[in-house]
Amino acid sequence: MTMENGFIHTTFNDRDETPEIAESIKIEVKNLDLFYGDKQALNSINMDIYTKKITALIGPSGCGKSTFLRCINRMNDLVPNCRVEGFIGIDGHDVYDKDIDVVAVRKRVGMVFQQPNPFPKSIYENIAYAPLMHDIVKKGKECDELVERSLKGANLWEEVKDKLRDPGTALSGGQQQRLCIARAIAVEPDVILMDEPTSALDPISTEKIENLMLDLKKNYTIVIVTHNMQQAARIADYTAFFHMGNLIEYSDAKTLFVNPKEKKTEDYITGRFG
Amino acid sequence: MKEQNDNYFYIPQIKRRNQKAALFKGATIMAIVFSVSFLIFFLVDLGRSGYPAFFQTYVKMEVTINEETVENPYAAVKGKNLKIASRAWLRDLPSEVKQNPTWMNTTREHWVLANSEVDQYVKGKESRTKQNDRDYVDELKEKGFVELKFNTIFLTTGDSKIPENSGIYSSIIGTVMTIIVTMLIAFPIGVMTAIYLEEFAPDNRWTQIIEVNINNLAAIPSILFGLLGLAIFINFFGVPRSSPLVGGMTLALMCLPVIIVSSKASLKSVPASIRQAGFGLGLTKWQIVRDHVLPLAMPGIMTGSIISIAHALGETAPLIIVGMIAFVPDAATSFTDAATVLPAQIFTWAGMPEKAYLERTAAGIIVLLAVLLSMNAGAVYLRKKFERKW
Ligand SMILES: Nc1ncnc2c1ncn2[C@@H]1O[C@H](COP(=O)(O)OP(=O)(O)OP(=O)(O)O)[C@@H](O)[C@H]1O
Ligand SMILES: [Mg+2]
Repeated sequence: MTMENGFIHTTFNDRDETPEIAESIKIEVKNLDLFYGDKQALNSINMDIYTKKITALIGPSGCGKSTFLRCINRMNDLVPNCRVEGFIGIDGHDVYDKDIDVVAVRKRVGMVFQQPNPFPKSIYENIAYAPLMHDIVKKGKECDELVERSLKGANLWEEVKDKLRDPGTALSGGQQQRLCIARAIAVEPDVILMDEPTSALDPISTEKIENLMLDLKKNYTIVIVTHNMQQAARIADYTAFFHMGNLIEYSDAKTLFVNPKEKKTEDYITGRFG
Repeated sequence: MKEQNDNYFYIPQIKRRNQKAALFKGATIMAIVFSVSFLIFFLVDLGRSGYPAFFQTYVKMEVTINEETVENPYAAVKGKNLKIASRAWLRDLPSEVKQNPTWMNTTREHWVLANSEVDQYVKGKESRTKQNDRDYVDELKEKGFVELKFNTIFLTTGDSKIPENSGIYSSIIGTVMTIIVTMLIAFPIGVMTAIYLEEFAPDNRWTQIIEVNINNLAAIPSILFGLLGLAIFINFFGVPRSSPLVGGMTLALMCLPVIIVSSKASLKSVPASIRQAGFGLGLTKWQIVRDHVLPLAMPGIMTGSIISIAHALGETAPLIIVGMIAFVPDAATSFTDAATVLPAQIFTWAGMPEKAYLERTAAGIIVLLAVLLSMNAGAVYLRKKFERKW
């Protein structure tokens, strides 16, 4: 570590697994430790996540993928006895700064969960609620347009345009998940976090959401946790392999899957443990 | 010995297992038969003893109305008739005449309310009516001058020392006013407390102590809440005794713990994923609770609150302590007037020596049950309305 010299970025250049492509860094994670009570769940994670790319987090169950993901939009604040140390910056701004509002962070960082969780309200209200609360749009035409734009962005518009007043929970699982994605992008975030977004879905819905992610990549930085190695290989630009709270290997997806440097990574992706 | 069953799936224990299952099922059926028959017995008995109170005996007799009898209404009916006419009816005669000026200076046949003893005799019950009066009533009956008419008095007047003139109306009004006060106080405070404890309070020793105490309060004998109401509201704050206001506040104290506990439970049952979705969108806790959690919890909150308030409706002990057992003939017109409530009225009548009050007691219970059932029906309706299927 060479924090003293003030050139923070140089810290990473001496790690040979760090991709050496000239990408702009969206999220910067430095020396991140996380404790649930006395139990350490993340050990000194260092990682740069690149703008408008899909970064996949893989690793065996319980290795800390979800925990890491939740650090980025501070959802771990809601877990009692959870303590975070280290630095996470989005566009260089400290997410864990004592003086900032968590709500503002979460506005910039949307999240999609494993189980589709639409609000028990109409499709329209599901999308319109948060933007109205955040004063992003006004009620009426402006809001209607945002709803339409978001649903189109999530490739759901054609399926629901005639039933916007129907309950969101009446949609199929895959449609619900796309509704949740539409709801997330309606708030106009920069980053979208997805925790196993397709694990509860059938192959066709999964494919739709994967295609959607490839579309969304043009405008958003996406971090996705997945157990599905093929999925990671199909859509991810970068892939990080976690094991027991450690970031074992992080590189562009192709290198990691074709030519892993670490023995553990190789064992995991070839299915020898996990 | 029986032949061994050689089916692969045959288990030797099957017979005993089935027997046990049948025994258990039988026991559960017995339990329900027992409770249902008890309920039916109760309702039938209540109906049988309360039903007659909804009809009252009227006798057709000659009534003389002139200047003199308006001054002294007991002179309006003569001889034997005076023995069977209701004093209360005669006492009200002058004001009746005022409303019907054409009655003045006439001697006409009127359907006159009979006194309660005659009424009991006509209904075939135990009565203190003397033998010669009984013969006279029988005689009138032959002529078709005795009739049981629907008892509007019972449903439109308050309590009275004259049985045939006593009614349930003022206690219905008292109960409704008291319950309104209880609802207006207990529901918002209870739900707000539950929201704070469930959604906002930090999980520390203080909140745990508060929660344990609330749970214990729900189990405290209701009479203690009466003492509390007496000490705080009447003695300290000087709220008028016997008023629906003080009764309602006392019952609100009693309802609060139950409302808090049940509201907390239904808030807790709202899936965490809803809250997570909200946080993920950068909503504040208050926005999430108000617009997403609360609507989902509302049916449960309503059910708990209405059950607790309906329970309070039948509560007598704490209200006796704050003076709502007083003899109140007139319906309250404001929340600070003296009033009585249905259970207290029933309790008073049950202790009266006149037999006519006995059927009124049962009829009062029927009215109380009717009020309770209609409240519950209202609750079910409200819940269905709030419980939109998503
Ligand atoms: N709320 C919590 N309180 C205490 N420990 C927790 C909590 N959440 C997670 N952990 C622990 O932290 C570790 C990492 O959990 P995490 O949920 O991040 O794993 P994961 O990689 O997402 O696993 P999976 O693939 O099964 O979802 C696990 O050992 C888990 O037991
Ligand atoms: Mg996980």
